[in-house]
Amino acid sequence: MNALDKKLWRELWAMRLQALAIAMVIVSGVAIFIMSLSTLDSLTKTRDNYYRDNHFADVFATLKRAPLSLVPRIEKIPGVDKVETRVLAYINLDVADFNDPISGHLISLPDNNSRGLLNQVHLRSGRLFEPGRDNEVLLSDEFVKAHELKAGDKIFATINGRRKALTVVGTALSPEYIYQIAPGAMFPDYQRYGVLWMARTPLASAYDMKGAFNNISLTLSKGAHSEDVIDRLDDILRPYGSIGAIARKDQLSNRFLTEELKQQNTIATVFPIIFFSVAAFLLNVVISRLISLEREQIATLKAFGYSNLSIGLHYIKLVLMIVSIGIIIGIGAGTWMGIGMSNIYMHFYSLPYMIYTLKPQVIFFAAFISVLVAILGTLFAVYKAAKLAPAQGMRAEQPTIYHTTVIERLGLQRFFSQPSRMILRNIERRPFKSLLTTLGISMACGIMMVGGFQEGAINQMIDVQYNMSQREDIIALYAEPTSQKSLYSLRNLQGVEYVEGFRNVSAKLSFEHRSYRTSVNGIPQSSQLMRLLNTDLKEIDLPEKGVILTDYLAELLHIKPGDMLTIEVLEGQRTTLQVPVIGTAKQYLGANVYLQQKMLNRLLKEGSIISGALLKVDERDQSLVYNKLKEMPRIAGVIEQRSAIKGFYETMNESILFFTFISTLLGGSIAFGVVYNSMRIALSERNRELASLRVLGFHRSEIAYILLGEQFLLTLVAIPLGFLIGYGLCAYLASQFESDLYRIPLVLSPQVYSFAALVVIASSLISAIMIWRNLAHLDMVAALKAKE
Amino acid sequence: MKIAQKLNGEVVFHVKGVTKTYQMGEVEVHALRGVDLNLYRGEFTVLLGASGSGKSTLLNILGGLDTPTTGQVLYGKQDLTLADEHALTEYRRYHVGFVFQFYNLIPSLTARENVAVVTEISKAPMTPEDALVLVGLGNRMDHFPAQLSGGEQQRVAIARAIAKNPDVLLCDEPTGALDSQTGIMVLEALQRVNESLGTTTAVITHNAGIAQMANRVIHLTDGLISDIHVNAQRVQPNQLSW
Repeated sequence: MNALDKKLWRELWAMRLQALAIAMVIVSGVAIFIMSLSTLDSLTKTRDNYYRDNHFADVFATLKRAPLSLVPRIEKIPGVDKVETRVLAYINLDVADFNDPISGHLISLPDNNSRGLLNQVHLRSGRLFEPGRDNEVLLSDEFVKAHELKAGDKIFATINGRRKALTVVGTALSPEYIYQIAPGAMFPDYQRYGVLWMARTPLASAYDMKGAFNNISLTLSKGAHSEDVIDRLDDILRPYGSIGAIARKDQLSNRFLTEELKQQNTIATVFPIIFFSVAAFLLNVVISRLISLEREQIATLKAFGYSNLSIGLHYIKLVLMIVSIGIIIGIGAGTWMGIGMSNIYMHFYSLPYMIYTLKPQVIFFAAFISVLVAILGTLFAVYKAAKLAPAQGMRAEQPTIYHTTVIERLGLQRFFSQPSRMILRNIERRPFKSLLTTLGISMACGIMMVGGFQEGAINQMIDVQYNMSQREDIIALYAEPTSQKSLYSLRNLQGVEYVEGFRNVSAKLSFEHRSYRTSVNGIPQSSQLMRLLNTDLKEIDLPEKGVILTDYLAELLHIKPGDMLTIEVLEGQRTTLQVPVIGTAKQYLGANVYLQQKMLNRLLKEGSIISGALLKVDERDQSLVYNKLKEMPRIAGVIEQRSAIKGFYETMNESILFFTFISTLLGGSIAFGVVYNSMRIALSERNRELASLRVLGFHRSEIAYILLGEQFLLTLVAIPLGFLIGYGLCAYLASQFESDLYRIPLVLSPQVYSFAALVVIASSLISAIMIWRNLAHLDMVAALKAKE
Repeated sequence: MKIAQKLNGEVVFHVKGVTKTYQMGEVEVHALRGVDLNLYRGEFTVLLGASGSGKSTLLNILGGLDTPTTGQVLYGKQDLTLADEHALTEYRRYHVGFVFQFYNLIPSLTARENVAVVTEISKAPMTPEDALVLVGLGNRMDHFPAQLSGGEQQRVAIARAIAKNPDVLLCDEPTGALDSQTGIMVLEALQRVNESLGTTTAVITHNAGIAQMANRVIHLTDGLISDIHVNAQRVQPNQLSW
């Protein structure tokens, strides 16, 4: 090793704490980059493999009933590769010792003991069906776990009005139900919703589907367009009660997964940018300071004939050493976090396995960006060092030029002591550096707010959707639209306090060239249980004529109040309607159309008909009501959102904790990195000055005030600025995460602000304590002896 | 020119009409106002002058650390005033050895490594060990600057300057920060190098006593040469009155 390299190692060791503080910021950037990209790659790869191996279909359609003789016609549609028909039913379930309503989808598997042609199940445990036994079912793995069931256990299902005992023979997962939620629900609830598979013959006979089907999925041959196939398929299936086929991209479970991947992608871009810019700034200040301390050494080396290039490279090497530490630890931490995240995803989504994928190019790119940013951040300082004319370097540096500050020019100095004036002058002397320091600390504050934002947003989402807007305790879904009069029997149940009917139909909405498929909801004129809210969360009256749209849907269609919306009903008579849009309603979940039930009945040219009922139930009688509802043959399913929400919170708590932990760690590392480094630099710059003050009789606390006061002042300015940055970051993320499935409300609770501020202040305090110890070792004698 | 004849007459530096003006904050300083001077091979010269007389500026220009505002400086046949950054670096690397008043050692390197910093980039250097032995520091090679006395540090600096076998040795107040006893040891080291290696040596000082050990003494006053004096009899460093 040559002498200059030895110098490098010794200097790195001497500045190890500062180097480590910077390296930690780089660690954070690299780690979050690797974590989010590897999670993204892992999820994508796992999904693709799972879809491919289990032959996940490209097009799906549900209908009332069609004969199997239709299949050859469908197979002949150009672009269709494989076709599989199924019998599918939405049923009520009963598990021993569990009183809440459970609903489920019962799906047919071929009788020949196979896992199906398309959307093949992944058998987790147990076995497939034995021929001749018509009561065997496979259950979704999550459901079995939630109820602690095992092979051989019995559960009960109301199949077409008849209660039937089913024997669990195995557990399975399906690419169709990676995100496993009940129809109309928002969150997975593995206790109250399950997916079941049963042999086709017994299922078909229970639902009068012998020689027929009510569900079809198909794959496309290479190069085929799903839109063309869907058009042809819809033409064939329309007479059989199809509400229209959908492509894979619109399949619910797949859509949730796609949104998740999109979010990971955003995280992989936004956060590393912040960390890398802070790291560049820190390297810039630290290396600039080091260079100014080594002015004479540089001049001496140049006097001996070292070239600009070799001196420049010398400092670049130092930067690279610090960055390398950051990269190496960052890769480790990022991989660990990536595996952690992937596992959280594997459990949150029902995936049979997770292929953790860390592409070499992700590592390479992380390292490349870190190095690039670090070099860019220090290039100017290094360039200045190299350019320094040796004779000039040998001369003492000019005393820094101070000016009177704004405050003094305003004549306010009498309010400030000499030490306070020193603080203000120092800040004003280098406004750009002070600004960047402040900005760095603000970033830390902002990042921590992102960590806390998620929880508050979910609370608000649920509060608005389920406490203010949808106020029912139970939703009862009818198997078929039924007369309004059916509400009487519900109203008379013991414990039922209030009942309202609703009518909904699937429809395709269109305005100009844009269209969207959703459900059109008819609700009572002054509904007590389903209230629409405006932007200020005040209740909106449903208009006599016209419809109210979810605000996001109006944006999606570019439609505004006064415009005419085209509604193409996909059920029954399949009428096409033109209705005026009256207003929009604030909703965080879904994208729907609302109008008066009477008006919808009138538009559909039907009597007072409802699709289901909303019930307000006395809590004490809730299970009694469930039991009664289960006995009613016309009720296909019962949804109880509140317990689903509770279950969701339990699932989320773990991952929210993980996110809060990580974001605090990341935010804390920035705050500490910035504050500690600026304090260290201030100490080194003002070493002599402070030692002289000590000689003049100042106490340690008094000089600490001068030194640390400046940093605290900057920190205090940084916190409100950080609040703004945090708010902006959250707003950006919320806008990026927005989709028709859900919108994340921008709600930041006081706790989010105070926690972020607290971590920043704590990081500053820790730095201050470390510097306080250095102040004890100020060498007064040496400070006076040393030359200027 | 007696001195030229005595020292086989080869001119190493030819300085003609050199001026130097620079900006110190808001003040314009005229450090040199027109200097003409020749330095000869193997000669030991002392540049004497009060603080601010321009002697350091002259030395820096001779060493290629600075360029004159006007005038010409020839090193042998090379015009230093026309040399670019790269050429000046090469010039310093292969021809000049520097000794500074405050030693300018690299604190994170030992005595041996401080010398090695220079020998590593030279063409035909002596070993760092030989250079340190020459200045009487054979037993202190692995000490860091902070573990050495001022005189020892300055001798490391001299070892560092001579280790490359330079053609010229330029010393800026080499004893300025030292007491007389250590100062004499440093001057002895310089004289030994001058005599044993024949290195052209120029020493800046404001201490008139030191002038007695030189071949020639050049007085600078306010940026001009006010007197050039040849010592008929050189005094040994240990005989100097301080």
